[in-house]
Amino acid sequence: MTPATSLHPFVELIVSDDAAVRDRSLFSVTEGMDASALLEGCEALEAFWLSSESLYERVRALAFLAALHRYVLPARGLTDRHGRIPHTAHEAHLQRRFREAIRALREAEDEPRRNDTVASGLATAYERLALQFLADQVRLSVRSVPGNQWMFRVGHAEAYPLRLRPELRGLDGGAAPVLREATAVRMDLSHSSWSDIFFLGMDRPEFARVLNVSINLAPADGEEQPRPPVEAYFRVIDRPVIRLVSIDLEAQAEVSSLAELFDFGRDYLGLLKAAVIAAGVIPPGVEGSPQPLETFLERLIGPGLGFELVSNVNNIPKGSRLAVSTNLLASLIAVSMRATGQAPELTGPLPETVRRVVAARAILGEWLGGSGGGWQDSGGVWPGIKLIEGCLAEPGDAEHGVSRGKLLPRHTVFDRKSIPESARQALERSLILVHGGMAQNVGPILEMVTERYLLRSGAEWTARAESLATTDRILGALRAGDIRKLGELTTGHFFGPLTTIIPWATNAFTEALIARAKDALGDAFWGFWMLGGMSGGGMGFIVDPSARAEAKGTLAEILRETKCAYETALPFAMDPVVYNFSINEDGSSAAWCGAAGMPAAYYRLRLPGLLRKRVADLSGDEAADLRHIAGRIRATGQPAPGDLAILTNLLPDEPHGTGGADAPGSLEALLAENGFDPEQHEAIRRQLLAGSVGLAQNRLPGASQIEDVEDRDLLVPAVDGEALRRGKEALANGEVAVVTLAAGAGSRWTQGAGVVKALHPFARFAGCHRNFIEAHMAKSRRSAMDHGAPVPHVFTTSYLTHQPVSDWLERTGTGEGDAFVRLRVSKGQSVGLRFVPTLRDLRFAWEELPQEQLDEQAHKMRLSGRRALMRWAESMGEGSDYRDNTPLQCLHPVGHWYEVPNLLLNGTLAQLLKEQPSLKTLLVHNIDCLGAGPDPAVLGAHLDSGALMSVEVIPRRFEDHGGGLAKIDGRNRLVEGMALPREEDEFKLRYYNALTTWVSIDEYLAHLGLSRGDLGDTARVRAAVRRAAARMPAYMTLKEVKKRWGRGQEDIFPVLQFERLWGDLTALPDVRTAFIRVSRARGRQLKDPAQLDAWLRDGGRDHIESIGAW
Amino acid sequence: MKIRTAVLTSAKRGHTHLPLQTMIDREGFPQATLALQLKELVDAGIERVGIVVAPGQAELYGEAVAAATDCVTFIEQTEPRGFGDAVLRAKGFVGDAPFVLSVGDHLFVSDDPAHPCVAQLIAVAERERAPVASVQSTHESEIGLYGTIGGVLEDRDRALFRIRKIVEKPTPTQAELELLVPGLRSGHYLCFFGMHVLTPRIFELLEADAGAEGGLALTPALHRLAETETFYAFEIAGHRYNLEERHGLLMAQLALALASPHRDEVLTRIVRLLAHTQSPAR
Repeated sequence: MTPATSLHPFVELIVSDDAAVRDRSLFSVTEGMDASALLEGCEALEAFWLSSESLYERVRALAFLAALHRYVLPARGLTDRHGRIPHTAHEAHLQRRFREAIRALREAEDEPRRNDTVASGLATAYERLALQFLADQVRLSVRSVPGNQWMFRVGHAEAYPLRLRPELRGLDGGAAPVLREATAVRMDLSHSSWSDIFFLGMDRPEFARVLNVSINLAPADGEEQPRPPVEAYFRVIDRPVIRLVSIDLEAQAEVSSLAELFDFGRDYLGLLKAAVIAAGVIPPGVEGSPQPLETFLERLIGPGLGFELVSNVNNIPKGSRLAVSTNLLASLIAVSMRATGQAPELTGPLPETVRRVVAARAILGEWLGGSGGGWQDSGGVWPGIKLIEGCLAEPGDAEHGVSRGKLLPRHTVFDRKSIPESARQALERSLILVHGGMAQNVGPILEMVTERYLLRSGAEWTARAESLATTDRILGALRAGDIRKLGELTTGHFFGPLTTIIPWATNAFTEALIARAKDALGDAFWGFWMLGGMSGGGMGFIVDPSARAEAKGTLAEILRETKCAYETALPFAMDPVVYNFSINEDGSSAAWCGAAGMPAAYYRLRLPGLLRKRVADLSGDEAADLRHIAGRIRATGQPAPGDLAILTNLLPDEPHGTGGADAPGSLEALLAENGFDPEQHEAIRRQLLAGSVGLAQNRLPGASQIEDVEDRDLLVPAVDGEALRRGKEALANGEVAVVTLAAGAGSRWTQGAGVVKALHPFARFAGCHRNFIEAHMAKSRRSAMDHGAPVPHVFTTSYLTHQPVSDWLERTGTGEGDAFVRLRVSKGQSVGLRFVPTLRDLRFAWEELPQEQLDEQAHKMRLSGRRALMRWAESMGEGSDYRDNTPLQCLHPVGHWYEVPNLLLNGTLAQLLKEQPSLKTLLVHNIDCLGAGPDPAVLGAHLDSGALMSVEVIPRRFEDHGGGLAKIDGRNRLVEGMALPREEDEFKLRYYNALTTWVSIDEYLAHLGLSRGDLGDTARVRAAVRRAAARMPAYMTLKEVKKRWGRGQEDIFPVLQFERLWGDLTALPDVRTAFIRVSRARGRQLKDPAQLDAWLRDGGRDHIESIGAW
Repeated sequence: MKIRTAVLTSAKRGHTHLPLQTMIDREGFPQATLALQLKELVDAGIERVGIVVAPGQAELYGEAVAAATDCVTFIEQTEPRGFGDAVLRAKGFVGDAPFVLSVGDHLFVSDDPAHPCVAQLIAVAERERAPVASVQSTHESEIGLYGTIGGVLEDRDRALFRIRKIVEKPTPTQAELELLVPGLRSGHYLCFFGMHVLTPRIFELLEADAGAEGGLALTPALHRLAETETFYAFEIAGHRYNLEERHGLLMAQLALALASPHRDEVLTRIVRLLAHTQSPAR
């Protein structure tokens, strides 16, 4: 290695033996550097990661490079040029070939100073490559863990080594005995600020410490006593298949081939399949083998026999932050290992050696299923309260020489001397566990934490050390049985280190809950406790034990009310729940259940199918199950409530909207209320089925000539001069109204959850969480204050957003008495009904359009899921109406082209002009374009242009996809990504559409054939809008909608809908359009919550705060 | 240390006639399997063989041991109380000397006819002056049938390992965690060959376990032997054939025939058989 004296300081941060140097923040080192040192540092890091063979060194160097290109170089003005992303880099990125993407991007640089577009691409590629290295290492470690390796070597039934324990046989004339594994779930008293993430445990095992409690649960509103929340059942059946039954998901399947078993996304039984494989019962090494599954079962059990694996989750919804799915996986693996002789005892708790194998295999199972979690998630397998710590890799470990830490941690279970019984009881008496009901994806948070820790970012690194110390203090309070102190510590931990490191760990809902709980409980409120990776789902409240019973009721009420207040703004999967809990002192433990020992819900699920079978077709175990139920009814003389449920299950589900087709809130009523046009709908369906509209037909003709625009074609807002003066004057004269488009569903933001993006309190401004409406109003308010004239501000809504937005405005009094902003809501006047997609369109979307490749297992899951969705589309009927969901999820907004015409149709514009006749210009912008506001310089540029409309564009960055500004067949216009004939055309375009448009009102009306005086003539306006709509292209798009079911479960379906888009106006020859180049800060869009973190860290949030009056 | 005593266990109920099955030895003569086993022991210098049998078997086997009747003593195991108990029945017969313990349901075929398996084992035990278990590298798909050892390589040239742990019929999961032996091919473990040289200390260990529910096993006693004194494993140059398993006798016979001077003739006949035999429809 090169002597340390010649190393660049960036590289020294990575390789130094001195922890004080190694743990310095990258940003602190960059502070004193000039431009050339920074650029030299990038080159040194580039050479370093390419030459290093250490995982730790490579990953840290890549994380540095990502941060330098994303935050440091742009902030120093070293990325003041912009350009194009090479298409080859984009393709390599999609295919997860990040090294090639980096090479292509670096080759696109023509001078040492970075070009902003390329720097954005490099930042992303470096970050993704670092994460890919880490993920690959975890996968390798999972395979290398002793106890797991053999499973990857078995490739043929002849080499299959497992044999069923003889005690599980006993089919002669009846069902075999049932073995039940009952497993706790785990809650973390502290995870030392996400230090249990595999990568972090492997980077700094000394910091990876988790205090974790195994618990039993029961909903507080029922009669049940807390019990192990997850159960797995195993028994032999007399058919050579693997029968998988998920009681909680009400799903069952008989797997008869290896291909089916390895097809995880095919049905809801992916977790059970992963368990069968991860337990080695059918080892992962046989994937893809053409051998019959029966051959393996014959070696395992005997000819003609198979087994049944059943999962059961007792009343715990998804997203509980209690690691239910990991512990269920562990439970299924444990029972399967016992049954196949891989655990020494069939019953009772597991020995430590087996627990460790179960934990390792649960990690393997999660990887097989394409998911992931912390290394302590399977903590429910261990009993009681334990400290779980990362371990340094030592010689002989698979990780030695590669990463500092091992994959698997060490568990120290506390005995009664360490944590006395009284302390355990005190915890049980004070803690109230709840599920807030929010559905969230914790994945992005784990990536954020990883990035911050690898950079050793100043505040976050200090907070991490504080968090680690808090873990010790929490343990001290627990040992002392001082639960009040523990409550103080967990609350301080949440509002201190946790939210310092990741601000997104909290949200407005959680903070409202805590504030209300404090108010309502007074001195009895001892603390709040975040469970898992983020708040909003599973959470804990620590209260005075004497007030606990009452507090449970109070909290249930607070949860319900607060959820009601936020349910249209934040994604909730279910109603909140309050639990009773107890500490589980067994961990995972098994017992015999006898021959008819499945839970009652199992029989409710299975028997309807059995009753439909002919007696001759029943297998022995099925006949025995039927005899068991019959015997029970005979014994009592009447059916038990559970038996009646069986009869109910025999009948098909009733369709949605049982109140009748025209009942309020029904789909038919909503269609009628929201301007659904059945003729247009049927016409589109005919075209869709005939193949004349569809995803492929969205594209412009292949012969279209697509070129980039010339820089001289763009206007640039002046920082002084006549144009600026005109802009200021216009604002002072009250000539401008702002129109914020808030009618869309914000599918990417809410992932199809059907909540209102405009109301999402996404970030803190001026001390509290604010939603998009408040943020946009703040800028209008600032403009009004600066220019001395109130700004009319219209938020457009649709069937989906109108009522929630109106309710929120009314509830909060927003806009009332505001001297600076005249708030209005413009209700949408048209709606569409979604279609079940055609197979042709699904294939086009999934096979023809470029796709981002996922990692190996996730890719398999995606393919498997898509096959299932194709079957779904076929069975529902291609092109049929999508009605199999809540009515609101079946409707769709018809595109933002309609938003401005809606102002005419619903009278909003007429009203605005009546109240403020000086109005001449509308600033129309999308809800996600946070920087857009009535800026006098940009307005001046528009006014100077004399155009009907001026569209704001920004220099493109890597993450800006979906068309842009192009010269098409000689005309400058906006073009949608889906309209481009070839994917590579997009990479010619240097400017991206911010969708912020200045519209000259009178010219726009003239374009429609109207004048101000015509606005009162509804029929004339309607006819004009219809004529104009007919000139606009209609795009067919594939959207994902969520369908919720069960307890917090969600399915995502692709549906087709049509849209007419505002940007296409620029293609009309009679619409004179100007294009204004604006700064990224102004034109940047927030489309996905995953963008929030970079937006916060690169100063995006601060900018918005600075341009608003709050 | 000279080894002159052997114990052959043949007390399994239900397999009474196995020792009487006739096989063709390397010289081409028909012999009972028991006679073949006895001959190998005697050829290796064993002077006294105690055969542990079930009640009534001694009479049946009289003819099979006729050639070595002077050195054979039948020891009766009155109740089927496990393999450990069968061994313990031989305590009085063995006395204070080290002895060879061999299982009667296997046939051992050496890779080198000049050095039969038992002779190889005795030579190692006499040289090392310690108990030795013969072992064979076995693929993980078969370790569930055998006692399996974990240990360290003592001497590669002499194929000698020091035993640290012994587990009876492990799964690959347990084997990977506890029984990895450096130097073996991936997925292979050292499994008992069915033949050991033990000292009378084993009887003490077995007696300590006697009375346990479910019969007396030998493996736990062997494991404790390894914990308390030097116990070697020797990777024998030969193969074992389990006569009890399906086609076990046939495979043992083939192995004997292919290791005999008649190898070419046997091979020719096998090839002809292969050519004329069709796979039955499944």
